Amino acid sequence: MTASTAAAPIAPATPPEQPDRPAPRKRASVGYWLLLPGLLWLVVFFVVPLYSLVATSLYDPEGSVLQGYDMTWAFGNYLDAVQNYWPPLARSLLYGGIATLICLVLGYVLAYAIAFKAGRWKNLMLVLVIAPFFTSFLVRTLSWKLLLRDDGFIVNTLQFLHLMGEDGRLLATPVAVIAGLTYNFLPFMVLPLYASIDKIDHRLIEAAGDLYSRPIVGFFKVTWPLSLPGVVSGTLLTFIPAVGDYINAELLGSPKQRMIGNVIQNLFTDANDYPAAGALSVLLMLLILAMVLVYVRRAGTEELL
Amino acid sequence: MSQVAEAPHRSSDAEGYEGLRIRSLTKEFASFTAVKSLDLDVPSGSFFALLGPSGCGKTTTLRMVAGLETPTSGSIELSGKDITWDKPYRRPVNTVFQNYALFPHLDIYENVAFGLRRRKSKEVDRSVREMLALVELESQTRKRPPQLSGGQQQRVALARALINSPEVLLLDEPLGALDLKLRRSMQIEIKRIQMEVGLTFVHVTHDQEEAMTMADTIAVMNRGVIEQMGAPAELYDNPQTTFVANFLGQSNLIEVEVRGPDGDLVTVDMQGTLASIPADRAHVASTPGEKAWVGIRPEKVLIAEIGHDIDAPGNSIPGGVVSDVSFIGVSTQYLVRMPWGQELQVFEQNTGRRRLFQQGEKVDISWRPEFAFLLDHNQDASAGVDRVDAAS
Repeated sequence: MTASTAAAPIAPATPPEQPDRPAPRKRASVGYWLLLPGLLWLVVFFVVPLYSLVATSLYDPEGSVLQGYDMTWAFGNYLDAVQNYWPPLARSLLYGGIATLICLVLGYVLAYAIAFKAGRWKNLMLVLVIAPFFTSFLVRTLSWKLLLRDDGFIVNTLQFLHLMGEDGRLLATPVAVIAGLTYNFLPFMVLPLYASIDKIDHRLIEAAGDLYSRPIVGFFKVTWPLSLPGVVSGTLLTFIPAVGDYINAELLGSPKQRMIGNVIQNLFTDANDYPAAGALSVLLMLLILAMVLVYVRRAGTEELL
Repeated sequence: MSQVAEAPHRSSDAEGYEGLRIRSLTKEFASFTAVKSLDLDVPSGSFFALLGPSGCGKTTTLRMVAGLETPTSGSIELSGKDITWDKPYRRPVNTVFQNYALFPHLDIYENVAFGLRRRKSKEVDRSVREMLALVELESQTRKRPPQLSGGQQQRVALARALINSPEVLLLDEPLGALDLKLRRSMQIEIKRIQMEVGLTFVHVTHDQEEAMTMADTIAVMNRGVIEQMGAPAELYDNPQTTFVANFLGQSNLIEVEVRGPDGDLVTVDMQGTLASIPADRAHVASTPGEKAWVGIRPEKVLIAEIGHDIDAPGNSIPGGVVSDVSFIGVSTQYLVRMPWGQELQVFEQNTGRRRLFQQGEKVDISWRPEFAFLLDHNQDASAGVDRVDAAS
């Protein structure tokens, strides 16, 4: 992810127009030279680590950090990883999926309101959507810990309303983890959705009404299909990082809510089981890649990739 | 001012009126009134044009009929049924939008089928194919709108609305995005389709030629009100306001002083020459001493060498000097400066029987009294003149 975002500003490799120096041949080679920094960056920070990760995942599991690892093409690592860690893997997909769905519903309503109803407040509202990024991810998640704490305002209110038992809690529950994921990744959903919905010609919605569609039918027959590119990119931008996230589970959950990110982090830093951690990482990557491919194909928005 | 298009279709009460009936329709936006207490009867089966410059309220009127805009007050009835407050999707009315508003994510077939599918029609396929045949697009059914040319998109928009057999079809500047040549052929095409299907068409346009070519009744709108309504020839021959006189074609408007009625005629003093206008073409109170405008269309003005006979008894004015000559093939357009300083436009057909006049030549001009009209002097003589600028 880091690598691809870093490459993006460099990718449009055509040099700026220079009308006073028309040297077409030189210009063509300049394009390739401008590609170089991005390519170097990608090689150093994406290709090499990826290679290293895949290699690590195939090391002999009997080795250790101190003794070093032997490359034994131990594909069994993958089987072990699935057998030992399928519950957190499945939980990650579930939590990530639920958070993405909630983000989609909340984000769609918000993006729709900003695009069609906000009028002159449009820009202000967009700034507000992005505003949370001005503080660190960690700090924001820690504040959720305070908000959801056992005798905090929210828990007390829910208990007062008898929506929650006397000893009920929010922290260390799936609800807290999913809420945290939803909160943290909502902007990634709202922005692409907004970009898509804002482009829809309002007259198309009028035309649907003119052609006997109630507003709700018009929405599903016209607005929704035309916003699909935003829906697809928004859900991908939310789902992918949400599945791999471990901060929310770490800070807002308990060991029972461990996600795959926590497991990988634990295997790398505490258990020092590099092959297992590597196998899990590669597995997660392939799994998400496969799901994205199927999803994008089914949504009929291949041109996004 | 008559607001009823064709008297025979009229009935005294709303019940039983087959067509679109609008009463005291008003639309106020925050800062201005777009439509002021508009009354209108559109007989069923007619091709009706709302003609006016941009901002005259014609599109707002159309959108209120479609239900896309809520009136401030007034009523809209269709075949005796009040639809003023009905939601757009409940009205038996369809619109051809200005830029077509075709659904880009659906192919041509599905665009046309859209309305039928919403109404759960059983005969979608047969109807769609018939309709696509009517607009000659059978071979394009599986293309998406952006793959079609402007004229084809126009026809899809027409088919998409027509297929629902609306009681009234609304066309909002339907040809505005097409080039001149295509526009001419689409005008004829739309007129053909209207005759074929026999539905009521209400057509909004700022193009007077388009309105005259297509419509059987035109209502000329200006600043939220209808200035005059009638058949194209009637509006052109006998305009009742300076706006209509200038907006629909061109007119020479000459300041005169009314002398008084004289039988079927009204006599006026036109800058020292006595002239007369038929009483039914005088749209002013014929009080002696009152100022008024005499109007005459440029092609009705005859031009001759001094002293030569002009085939136009009455209204003959001497002392003109040709100040400009534009030869444009089928006709020649003269500007003739009159003794009182005004330049009159004169169009003459190039029949080949007469020579061209030269710039600076002294001429007499004249016209038959039955072609002139008399308009209220309180109206701006240049109202509606700059329509070309307003339209672009």
